[in-house]
Amino acid sequence: MSLPLAVLALPFVSFVLLAVVPPLRRAGRVAGGVSIAATAVAFVCALATWQGHLEGEQLVPWIPGDAGPMATVGLLVDPITNAMLVLVTLVSLLIQIYSLAYLSDEPSPALGRYYTYQSLFAFSMLGLVLSPTFLQMFIFWELVGLCSYLLIGFWYQRPAAARAAVKAFWITKLGDLGFVTGIVMLWAATGTFEFSTLFRMGAAGQLPAESLGLILFLIYLGAVGKSAQFPLHVWLPDAMEGPTPVSALIHAATMVTAGVFMVTRAQPLFALVPDLVWLIGTVGAFTALLAASMACVEHDIKRVLAYSTVSQLGYMMAAAGAGAADAGFFHLLTHGVFKALLFLAAGSVIHAVGTNDMFRMGRLWHGLPHTGIVFIVGTLALAGVWPLAGFFSKESILAAVWGAGRTGTFAVLALTAFLTAFYMFRAVFLTFFGHAHAGGHPHEAPWPMRGPLWILAILTLVLGLAFLASPPPAVEAHHGPGWLGPFSLGLAAAGLALAWAMYQQRAIAPASFSRVLAPIDFAARRRYGIDALYLGLYKGLILGFSKLIGLIDRYLVDGLVNVFSALSLRSGDRLRRIQSGQVHDYVYGVAFGVLLVVVFAHWWAR
Amino acid sequence: MNFPVLSVITWSPFVGALLVMFTARRSPLAVRLISAVTTGISAVLSIVVYVTYDRQAAATDDAARFQFYEKVPLVPPLGISYEVGADGISLLLVLLTAVIIFTGVFASWTVKVRSQEFYALLLTLVTGVFGVFVSLDLFVFFLFYELAVLPMYLLIGIWGSSGEVRPRGIFAWAYRETGVGTKEYAAMKLTLYLLFGSAFILVGIYALYVSAGAGSFSILELEAVPFDPVLQRWVFLAFYVGFGVLAGIWPLHTWSPDGHASAPTAVSMLHAGVLMKLGAYGIVRVGMGLVPEGAVEFAWLVGGIACINIVYGALSAMAQTDLKYVIAYSSVSHMGLVLLGAATLTEAGLNGSVFQMFAHGVMTGLFFALVGLVYEKAHSRDIPTMGGFGRSMPGVAAAFTVGGLSSLGLPATAGFVAELLTFMGAWRSEHPWWLFPAVLGTFLTAIYVLRVVRAIFWGPPSPHFHDLPDAQGPEWVALVLLVGVIVVFGMAPALALGLVDSATVPLLARLPLP
Repeated sequence: MSLPLAVLALPFVSFVLLAVVPPLRRAGRVAGGVSIAATAVAFVCALATWQGHLEGEQLVPWIPGDAGPMATVGLLVDPITNAMLVLVTLVSLLIQIYSLAYLSDEPSPALGRYYTYQSLFAFSMLGLVLSPTFLQMFIFWELVGLCSYLLIGFWYQRPAAARAAVKAFWITKLGDLGFVTGIVMLWAATGTFEFSTLFRMGAAGQLPAESLGLILFLIYLGAVGKSAQFPLHVWLPDAMEGPTPVSALIHAATMVTAGVFMVTRAQPLFALVPDLVWLIGTVGAFTALLAASMACVEHDIKRVLAYSTVSQLGYMMAAAGAGAADAGFFHLLTHGVFKALLFLAAGSVIHAVGTNDMFRMGRLWHGLPHTGIVFIVGTLALAGVWPLAGFFSKESILAAVWGAGRTGTFAVLALTAFLTAFYMFRAVFLTFFGHAHAGGHPHEAPWPMRGPLWILAILTLVLGLAFLASPPPAVEAHHGPGWLGPFSLGLAAAGLALAWAMYQQRAIAPASFSRVLAPIDFAARRRYGIDALYLGLYKGLILGFSKLIGLIDRYLVDGLVNVFSALSLRSGDRLRRIQSGQVHDYVYGVAFGVLLVVVFAHWWAR
Repeated sequence: MNFPVLSVITWSPFVGALLVMFTARRSPLAVRLISAVTTGISAVLSIVVYVTYDRQAAATDDAARFQFYEKVPLVPPLGISYEVGADGISLLLVLLTAVIIFTGVFASWTVKVRSQEFYALLLTLVTGVFGVFVSLDLFVFFLFYELAVLPMYLLIGIWGSSGEVRPRGIFAWAYRETGVGTKEYAAMKLTLYLLFGSAFILVGIYALYVSAGAGSFSILELEAVPFDPVLQRWVFLAFYVGFGVLAGIWPLHTWSPDGHASAPTAVSMLHAGVLMKLGAYGIVRVGMGLVPEGAVEFAWLVGGIACINIVYGALSAMAQTDLKYVIAYSSVSHMGLVLLGAATLTEAGLNGSVFQMFAHGVMTGLFFALVGLVYEKAHSRDIPTMGGFGRSMPGVAAAFTVGGLSSLGLPATAGFVAELLTFMGAWRSEHPWWLFPAVLGTFLTAIYVLRVVRAIFWGPPSPHFHDLPDAQGPEWVALVLLVGVIVVFGMAPALALGLVDSATVPLLARLPLP
């Protein structure tokens, strides 16, 4: 287990170095070098782990208890962990290299801070995928959320970034409340957080049947938040306020897929509650369609990609809902590669033109041929065009859903596939073709940025070819009917054609479409009112209620305290006047007292 | 006889106070050095006893629960003796006290007015706190308890700062008469409240002393007495109200925001960080320890009020615009978690409670140290006028963020482990629904903490402030030490929990649980 441990430890060491040695951090590019070196070595170790099929589990006590440890932590290495280790370290490495050029204008301390967070993120994400227990997974789950918060807020002086960062934290935390409640309940029922023990108990039917559905539903809520499923998807588009490499790494390729990973990891438990599996699939498919519709009306290139990420996460969850978590996980891996590619290419575009708005771009093909090619490769993969990597994973999901007899879900996913091709090619035509809107002469980014783009693009292609040569298990396991391949290619082609007609040839005016689909268009442009709903709940319910409690505390609870105090002050003030200093007053007093005593004694004697 | 290590820990600050008063006239540096050295001695020895406590012996032999034992008879006819000893709970809290006072000395390095008296009172107070945590004789316990409470009046009344509270609402007349908002008001309120609580404690102690009839104040001897169940109930209620005032139970908590907001930095640190734990410690050690039947009987009340504390405190914190009030109300909320954990009467919950005492102590100490720094540099505590401080004081911003994350229970900080254990205990207790307010509390905490971080440190720089320096020199000692403790104990909770567990298990074993 020393190799997987090294994968985990290297980014941690890099993080600690950068965090506790301020001169190193403030050196900016040197800090970047440290982080990149650590990630590179971790990548090599991850490759070796993967190639060597080093699998196993190791646990050590973490929280002691009287009757054995209450909680353990450790490492769990199995095929899905191995695949994730390679993906996470590879994408991290490429993105850290890319960032060196992308953020070259940042002052050194800020750059050092960036790489500190990047190292922490790599460590946390690797810790998450290596988790042998629900608790450890939750720990790293929250830590990647922290990194996401810190990196979205990297430009913390921008109000929009500051807002987006806290929004992301709060919305995902909402899901995490469910997660932590679920694992605590599970612990109370079983006395353990460990996957292997829980799976064994599940197989033996020792889990509490009546509450298991609720517990797993609560745990699933964590995945809803983290993987941006409806109705907690609203944070992800706003998270694009962070630097583009961060969006590529955290908000596309790795962190947001944690929910899918968790559902895959805990598959043996979820399978015990078929109703919940059905719900996961339905919510996934709905999310996929909803997000795709919003992507179609978005102007901001990064937000298009963000909605597309939400949509694809929905796809993966839909696969899990069809009992084919392996297909969903396979899509997670390929999506990680080509979505990182798309984001980095978008970053290259933004770097060149200085805006995110696609309607202010156009004709960038001439200035940015490299970026254009890789962006199109990514788009084709995302649209599911043969023989790129995306085709195979998407195909296996569709096949699995069809195979599970979930026709409704299948129809929704097919529609989403069409929309995916449409909005992605819309982005391609608006950005790289058509009329030029951007001023100046945009030109290609330096090689530290172009290199990672090409590596990812080639990987997208090569993986597809490799899958063609030797189909991976997920593809083997889910064979659709013969018409499925041509059908999904047809969907992609239709989407492409529509985007071409609308945004390249201008044969169909987008406005005419908006008129036909007026209600959807209206709602989608306003994000279906979901963001507004959250904002209203936050401002009205939480802040309003807190204001009320604040007033009650200050003016009622504390008010009563002060009433007591004021009354005693007043009575003291009144009684003080008895002591007037006039001798005859005192004589009256004494006389009155004697009288009282006499009367009392008389009464007592009676 | 062995080296009286607990006495040295306890009295070293007091000796420091005497030295400060009599030898360090007109030498502010000497005052600080004496304070640092004497509290440093306590700190080092606290670590030593923490490490050398024999956990194995405690687990196997009930008589070895309290180690480093010392006993000196004071008034033999009445059964009063100076009796000290420490178990896992005491040791963790002694360590907490040592950490907070040691860093507090550095955090208030810049106190200028009458620093000699300031440090002398502070050190006296700390002796009281250490004494409470180690004494095993109720009489001496109570003496130390009062010693810890009373200097507070002078510390706040003289070195505190007045805020502005405009009298409003139906009780406005009462506010005008009490002088709300001034430091004198806060000092008086705090002192009266705590003395009100002390009266209950004193009654409880005498009730036990008299009805035991053994003529002894020793906790160890009283533990063995099976008190009448009815008496146990009343005495537990007295202890709960008495100690609960200091622990900030709702609705007797309003002294704490005013007091903490008016107090100078080191005093807020010590008060919110350690003194409020005296209350919780009292409920656990004296309440649960001596009148176990009462504790079981009234667990529903303790836990129910604790749930109110958690949610109500968090919502109140969210409503504040004064930075110190935010932190003070967050203490009210977190003390709710401490008491909730104890009220679960489960191993996980009680361990969580004790760990939360430690975690919250360190984190709130850190918070008040930082607020002190911000206040000293910006001369304001008004959150809406602040903004963008992250650029000018990155160190303070980073430390504040770590404290905030611990407060909202982020993993890898001490706050997470404490909250998790409390949750685990709650769901296994007689009242599983306690889990929900507790979890809700962490969400509300996330809201107000991150709002404050965003409002102060993020966003464009505020036009109201210029040239804010970052933390410097001795101030870094406090920040680095406290942040380090939060993170290290968060990642390796076994450092504390092994010890705590060895003390809580025997305590729980004595409870007549259904």
